[in-house]
Amino acid sequence: MLLKDEVQMLRRVPLFSGVDPTKLKLLAFTSDRVHYAAGEMLFRQGDNGDAAYVILTGRADILVEAPGGQIKVAEVENNSIVGEIAILCDVSRTATVKASTNLEALRISKDHFLKLLTDFPEMTIEIMRELASRLSRTTMELTDERARARKSD
Amino acid sequence: MEKGLTHYIWTHTRPQQLWILLVVAASMIPYFLSFDLPKQIVNGPIQGQGFEGEAARQLFMRIEFALPVFGNVVFFPGIELNRLQMLIALSMVFLALVVVNGLFKLYINTYKGRLGERLLRRIRFELVDRVLRFPPSQFKRIKGAEIASMIKDEVEPMGGFTGDAFVAPALLGGQAATALFFIFVQNVWLGMIAGIIVAVQAVLIPRMRRRLLVLGRERQLTARELAGRVSEIVEGVNTMHAYDTSNFERADIAARLGRIFKIRYDLYQWKFLVKFINNFLASVTPFLFYLIGGYLALQGRLDIGQLVAVIAAYKDLPGPLKELIDWDQARQDVQVKYNQVVEQFKVDSLIDPALQELSTDKAAPLAGALAVANLTLADDSGAHTVEHVSVQFPRGEYAAIIGGAAAGGDALAEAIGRSVWPESGRIAIGDADLFGLPESVVGRRITYVSSDAYFFFGTLRDNLLYSLKHAPLREPEYEDAHANFRKWEVSEARMAGNPDHDIESDWIDYEAAGATGPEDLFPSVVSVLDSVYLTKDILELALRSAVDPHTHEELTTHIVKLRNTFREELDKAGLSNLVVPFEPDRYNIEATVGENLLFGTALGEQLVGRAIGRNAYFREVVGRAGLDRKLYQMGYEIAENAVELFAGLPPDHPFFQQLTFMTPDDIPMYQQLLQKLKGKDFAETTDEDKHNIIRLSFAYIEPRHRFGLLTDDLMKTIVEVRLAFHEGLPESLKGAIDRYDPHSYMASASLLDNVLFGRVSHRHADGPERVRTMVIELLSEPGLYDQVLSIGLEFNLGAGGRRLTQVQRQKLNLARALLRRSDYYIFNRPLPALDGRTQEQICRNVLTLVRDNNDKDVSIIWVLTNTTLTDLFDRVLIFDKGRLVGDGKHAELADNATFRELVS
Repeated sequence: MLLKDEVQMLRRVPLFSGVDPTKLKLLAFTSDRVHYAAGEMLFRQGDNGDAAYVILTGRADILVEAPGGQIKVAEVENNSIVGEIAILCDVSRTATVKASTNLEALRISKDHFLKLLTDFPEMTIEIMRELASRLSRTTMELTDERARARKSD
Repeated sequence: MEKGLTHYIWTHTRPQQLWILLVVAASMIPYFLSFDLPKQIVNGPIQGQGFEGEAARQLFMRIEFALPVFGNVVFFPGIELNRLQMLIALSMVFLALVVVNGLFKLYINTYKGRLGERLLRRIRFELVDRVLRFPPSQFKRIKGAEIASMIKDEVEPMGGFTGDAFVAPALLGGQAATALFFIFVQNVWLGMIAGIIVAVQAVLIPRMRRRLLVLGRERQLTARELAGRVSEIVEGVNTMHAYDTSNFERADIAARLGRIFKIRYDLYQWKFLVKFINNFLASVTPFLFYLIGGYLALQGRLDIGQLVAVIAAYKDLPGPLKELIDWDQARQDVQVKYNQVVEQFKVDSLIDPALQELSTDKAAPLAGALAVANLTLADDSGAHTVEHVSVQFPRGEYAAIIGGAAAGGDALAEAIGRSVWPESGRIAIGDADLFGLPESVVGRRITYVSSDAYFFFGTLRDNLLYSLKHAPLREPEYEDAHANFRKWEVSEARMAGNPDHDIESDWIDYEAAGATGPEDLFPSVVSVLDSVYLTKDILELALRSAVDPHTHEELTTHIVKLRNTFREELDKAGLSNLVVPFEPDRYNIEATVGENLLFGTALGEQLVGRAIGRNAYFREVVGRAGLDRKLYQMGYEIAENAVELFAGLPPDHPFFQQLTFMTPDDIPMYQQLLQKLKGKDFAETTDEDKHNIIRLSFAYIEPRHRFGLLTDDLMKTIVEVRLAFHEGLPESLKGAIDRYDPHSYMASASLLDNVLFGRVSHRHADGPERVRTMVIELLSEPGLYDQVLSIGLEFNLGAGGRRLTQVQRQKLNLARALLRRSDYYIFNRPLPALDGRTQEQICRNVLTLVRDNNDKDVSIIWVLTNTTLTDLFDRVLIFDKGRLVGDGKHAELADNATFRELVS
C-alpha cells in the first residue's frame, strides 16, 4: 500500500476527516507502517504509551485484565484509532490490543501526534469532539446502570 | 629537587660535564693548528720562503722538542720534500685538520645533545613521579592541563641548556679573554677602551634583559593558564551549551589572548631595543679605535701596524661576547622556568617513595582488623565531615553504613580508601597505621570503590583489568634483535634516573583475580560482569563492532555459518520476513536503492558518499543500461514529494527526522531545482543537477517511504546493473568495495549485520529489538559466547570512558573492583546512577560473589544509599552530622531515632 492509499484510508478515520490531505500525507509519511499477524499484540495493558495506531486493514480485540482473566470489551476494525488515550494524558495503557486477523496499521509516535495537534487546531477540535462524544456515551451508560441498580434494590 | 638548575645539572651530570670540558679542550689543539696552517702554506711553498734555489728541499713534519733534562729530543726526523711536494703535503694536512675539527664538533654536539635529552627525561620523570606522590588534597587545587603543559613544554628548554651549562662559558669566555688580552698587548689605551665597552655591555645588557625575564615569566604563566582554560572548555562543554555560556567563554579566551599578545608584544619591543643597544655598543668601539687610535698614530705614539692588528683582533671579540651574553640570558631564562616549575611541584607531605615501592611479591593478607580511632576528617573549607569517630571493623564482617547525604559515612569510607587524609585520629590495620603501610599492601588487600570512576583511554578489557596491574610479573620473551633493544632501553632508563620496569611485561596479577594465568581468567571476568549486569551491554557493543576476519578467523567463519541457523530460527518462529536477506540476483526490498545497486560496502574514497556519483566507471555501467534516466525520474519524483510534504515546516520540526535523504536546508534548494528542471528532458540537464536529483533515489526504500516508485521492471534493471558492475569491476576499484557475499565475512560491517546478512523489515513493530534479542540468543551457545564477549571487551571507551553511559561506567567501576581478591571491600555508594531496584539486585549479587570468591574472613563496608538493604548485612552503622549515632544488628535498630527518620 502506498502513501496516497494510506491518505485515503486516513481520511475515512473520523478523527482525521476534516484535516487537509497534504497534512495527512505528512502524517502518513512520518508514521511507521507496521504489520501484525493474527494474535500479535499491538500493546499491553500497563505498558508505557508511546504511540497511537490507526488500523488500516484488519481487526483487533480490545482486552482488559480482570481478576478472572482477560475480558474482551470491544472490537476495532479499519479506520479506527487505538491507543490515543495513553499518549494524550500520559497514563499507562488502559487496555491490551491484540490483532484478531492479519492487521496493517500506521504507528504514530507520541511526539509526532502531539506536534500534529499543536500544528493543526482542526485536528485538536476533532479529537475533542470524539472524546466528548465518548464521554457522553459513557455517562449515559453509567446513568442507565445506576438506574437499573436502583430498581433492583 | 635541587634549588637551582645549575646545581641540579651539576649534581646529575658531573662526570659527563667534566669529560666534555676535557674533549672541548682537546679539540682546541687542531682548531688552533688549522689557524696557523694557511700562513705556512702561503709563506712556504707558495711564496717560496725557505725554498730558495732550484733543488731546495725542506723537512716535513719534523717533530723535535727542547726538553729540560733530555736536551733536544727528535720524535720524528721528518721527510725531505721539494716545493710542490710540500704544497701537496701541507694541503693534505689542512684537509685532515678540517676533517678532525668536523669530527670533534660532531662528537661534542651529539654528546651535549644526548646529555640534555637525558636530563630532560630525568626532570620530566621526576615531575610525573611527584604528581603520583601528591597528597589527595593537592589535586583539588591544580588543573591537569597546566601540569601537563609544565611537564611537556616548560621544561623542554632545560634539556637544550644542559649541554652548554658549563662548556659554553668556559669556551666563549676563553675566546673573548684571549682577544681582549691580545688588544691589551698591542696598546694599553686601546685595550682599556675595549675593556670599558665590554664591561658596559656585560653590566648593562643583562640588566636590561632582566625585564625580558620578567615578561618571559608572565608569558609562561599566562600561556599555562590558557592551556588550563582550554582543557576546561573541552571538559565542560556540555555545561556551557546547557547554560548558553559559550560567549562568556569566548570573551574569557579573547581577554586572555589579548593579555598574552600584550606581553608578547612588549617582550618583542624590549628584545629588539636591547639588541639595538648591544649592536650599537659593539660598533661604537671600532669608531673609538679609528678616532683615538688614528689620533695616536698621527701623533706618532702608535704605529699603523698595531692599529690594524687591534682592529682585526677586535673583530673576534664581539662574537664570543654576544654568545656569552646570550648564554647568560638562556641561563637566567631556564633558571626562572626551573624555579617556577619546582615551586609548583614543591608540595608538603608528599607520599614517601618507599610506600610506592614496586613489589612483585604476592601481597600477604592484612595482619589484623581495620580499626578507626578518634578519627576527625575535614573538607577543604575546614568544616568537619567526621568528628571523633572510633569504630572497629572485624574480619569477616559485612557492615552497612547508612545516613543522610554528607552524614559522615561516605567521608569515613573515603578516608579508608585513602582519598582523604585524616585531620586527627588514626586508621589502623592491626597495629600499623593505614597511611604508613606500603601501597603494595593496602592498594591490593583493600579495595575501594566510589561512584566517581575514572577510566583511561583504551579498551574495556584494559580498564577492567586495570585493578590488577601492580607489577611486571611475567617478563616478555624477546627475539635477539628486540632483546638488544630492550637492553639499550634499560641502560638508557637507568642513566636518566628512570625505572626500567618493562611496560611490555604482563602486569596482570592473575592470582589476585582467582586465576592462574591468561587462559583461565575469562570465567572470573564473566562472573563479575554477570553480577553487575554488564554482560548484555557488552554483548550489544560486540554486535555493533566490526571484527577483523584475519585476527578472528574462527569466530568469523562461525558467524558466516550462523547465517543459515539464523534463517532457520526465523522460519521456526514464523518470522521469515522479519529480515530480508541479501541475495546476489534479487532485489532487497528493505535496503536502499543505492545498497541494491552497489551490493556491498563502499570502502575506498572513489565510491564512498557523494564521490560515487562522479566515478567514471560507475556512471558508465549505470548509463549503459539506461538506468540513469530511470533513477533521475525517480529522484525527481522523490524531490517533488519531499518538497510537497515538508515545504511549509520550520527546519527544526521533529518530522524532519523521518526525512532520511535530505536535510531541512536542502528543501529550498530542491524547490528551486524542481522549478528549473520542470518540463526539461533528462538529456538537457547539467551534470550537477543530474547528480543532485539522482542522489535522492539512492536513499529510497520502498516500504519505508512508500511513494510507489519502485516497479518490478526497475528492480530487475538495478539487479542487472549490479551484476554488470561487479562483473567488469576494474582492478583499481577492487579494494574500494566489500561485496556482499553470502559465503564470506564482511569485514566492514558490524557483527550483527554479518549474522543478519540482510535488512530488518520496516513493517514489523519493534523489528530491530526482536532481531537483536534473537541474535544474542544465537551467539550465546558455548564456545561462541566467550569469543563474542571478548570482542565486546575490545570496545574503546574513549577519553575518560565517555563512550559508555554513566550507568555502564559505574557498573564497570564496580566490576573491576570485584575482579580482585581482597581482605576489605569498601563500597562507597558505588551505583547512584542506577534505579533502586537494580541497585538492590546488584548489591545482593555482589555480596554473594564476594562470599563465594574469598575466604570467610573477607569484610565488606558498604555505604548504602537507602535503608532497604540493611537486613543483608551483619551490622549496621548509622551516621548523622559526622558522628556515629547507631551501631548494631539490623533487628536492634528499630528504636534508633535517626534510623526511623531515614526509613520514613
